Amino acid sequence: MAIEVNGKSLEVDEEGYLADLNQWEPEVATIMAKEDGTELTDAHWEVINFLREYYEEYQIAPAVRVLTKAIGKKLGKEKGNSKYLYELFPYGPAKQACKYAGLPKPTGCV
Amino acid sequence: MADFDVPELKEYLEVPEPQKGVTNHLAPFVAKGAHQTDLGYPEELVDNWKEVAIEKMGDLLGKYRSLKVFLDICVHCGACTDKCHYYLGTTDANNMPVGRQELLRKVYRRYFTFAGKYFPKLVGAIDLTEEVLDDWYSYFHQCSQCRRCSVFCPYGIDTAEISMAAREIMNVVGKGQKYCNEIIGKVFKIGNNLGLPQPALADTLEGLEEDIEDDTGVKVRLPLDEKGADILLVTPSADFFAEPHVDGLMGYAKVFHEAGVSWTLSSEASEAANFGMFIGSYENMRKLALRIRKAALDLGVKRIVFGECGHAWRVAYSFLNTLAGPFDFLDQNYPIPQHICEFTYDLIKENKLRLNKEENDHMTLTFHDSCNVARGAGMGGFEGGQFVIPREVIKAVCNNFHDMNDDTIHDATFCCGGGGGLLTDDLMEIRVKGAMPRMQALRQVTEEHGVTNLAAICAICKSQFAKTLPYFGFRMDQIVSVHQLVSNAIVLKGSEQEAELDGTAGEEGDTETA
Repeated sequence: MAIEVNGKSLEVDEEGYLADLNQWEPEVATIMAKEDGTELTDAHWEVINFLREYYEEYQIAPAVRVLTKAIGKKLGKEKGNSKYLYELFPYGPAKQACKYAGLPKPTGCV
Repeated sequence: MADFDVPELKEYLEVPEPQKGVTNHLAPFVAKGAHQTDLGYPEELVDNWKEVAIEKMGDLLGKYRSLKVFLDICVHCGACTDKCHYYLGTTDANNMPVGRQELLRKVYRRYFTFAGKYFPKLVGAIDLTEEVLDDWYSYFHQCSQCRRCSVFCPYGIDTAEISMAAREIMNVVGKGQKYCNEIIGKVFKIGNNLGLPQPALADTLEGLEEDIEDDTGVKVRLPLDEKGADILLVTPSADFFAEPHVDGLMGYAKVFHEAGVSWTLSSEASEAANFGMFIGSYENMRKLALRIRKAALDLGVKRIVFGECGHAWRVAYSFLNTLAGPFDFLDQNYPIPQHICEFTYDLIKENKLRLNKEENDHMTLTFHDSCNVARGAGMGGFEGGQFVIPREVIKAVCNNFHDMNDDTIHDATFCCGGGGGLLTDDLMEIRVKGAMPRMQALRQVTEEHGVTNLAAICAICKSQFAKTLPYFGFRMDQIVSVHQLVSNAIVLKGSEQEAELDGTAGEEGDTETA
């Protein structure tokens, strides 16, 4: 399977996660979100950008708590909770936001 | 919300008319080549898969006497037929435990019994064909190996063992399941199901220490890889990552802190789960278990305590000693291994924890017995301890508790619907349908006793409920960890909560109590 981004065909797995993290560009997130019927706002991008920064440092997506804390610090305490993140990413911040950010899907009992 | 029919919750659990093949289409993603080879299996379906499958079946029949007995002794009495949550939720006849067993049994008869070899039609024996293999792949991944049916079988036939054998055969011919096999490979390479490397784990734990200090004013540590600690805590990696799991982890840390013991987590054994059991692979299960032994030896600990993980506790309680023993290097005065609930329960009995139940007064709790704890293990060294101890812990920290109906708890508990390697998005339909019996029992206590929350001691149950509760009109945050409740109620020495309770808040430097 593949998605079309800026005239290039990028390989994705069965669930739509990018096969090669290095092929990511912002347009990937926009296109994936569009397929889910979502228009990405600045609020979404805050999360996506944080995920990518964290991944670059630690080679894994951040834990939900790490993410909520970081967002809370950046955008104010009222947004530092998973309810806010689920409003942005109804399929789950860890999974849906990771997908848009081009990160592999978190596996395990999560 | 769903592109399939969500079962309706009725006043009583109804036994449906069996249908043919209605969930035949539900099969998980097949493992990729690399997922297979990491575990010692062929990359893809081998050319001579039939011969390999039959040979493997023969091998398993020789190794596991129980498997042969289970395949021989079923008298088709029907006692199991309405006991499987997947049958009740899907109505597919192959999800009746006997139906599921027959998928393997028919092939067993054909190749391993006299009558089946010579008069197959008379005894319902069939050849192994591609269609049969596909049915195996579908329906042996619609079994969470919860063993509820075996409780009701007059012969004690354990469908879980049959499912495990079938999955092992499928792996050996090159048709493994992506979810389980990818995860096992990650444990081999990185140390846990999530693929959480040591630096990320260290960072996460540091963050939790900060959070506890912010909440309580007390420095509670979550140590990692500390040599010479007394206790090694082995917990599911979901405890580092997901909610409500992480709230439970903070609860364990607070309990250890109050107990005044030295403890550590290990990045080598940063996973309690052992998916080797789900795929029926003794070799992989052993390899995973040996990581815990190695960590215990390297760190020089005296005790091993397991966090809240259902099947991990089955593997730990029932098999750890034969898989990775002997544990003669540990302190023999303590259970080897010990469950975190046992640890906390002992402290509660000895009155060593100060608990403020009112912190949980905004909730009315019920307890979901996780199948592998309920039917695959024990606790506390007395019969039924695995039912008593978690409930006693909850009651010690909560004022409001109500059990669900008797036929849905203890050893008759209904699986959450996501156990046994089914906790993957590609199986969401079977997970939601299989959750229905548990949801029905939950709704009943919600309506009759005002229950607001469901507590569990299994990472899979917690994630499964967080995902499936909303399909049935509940909220995702109604599932909580047992040690999350402990965490809420525990009054740490020297904490802000202690000062508030004792009326010493604001007094400088003196938080001592009489």
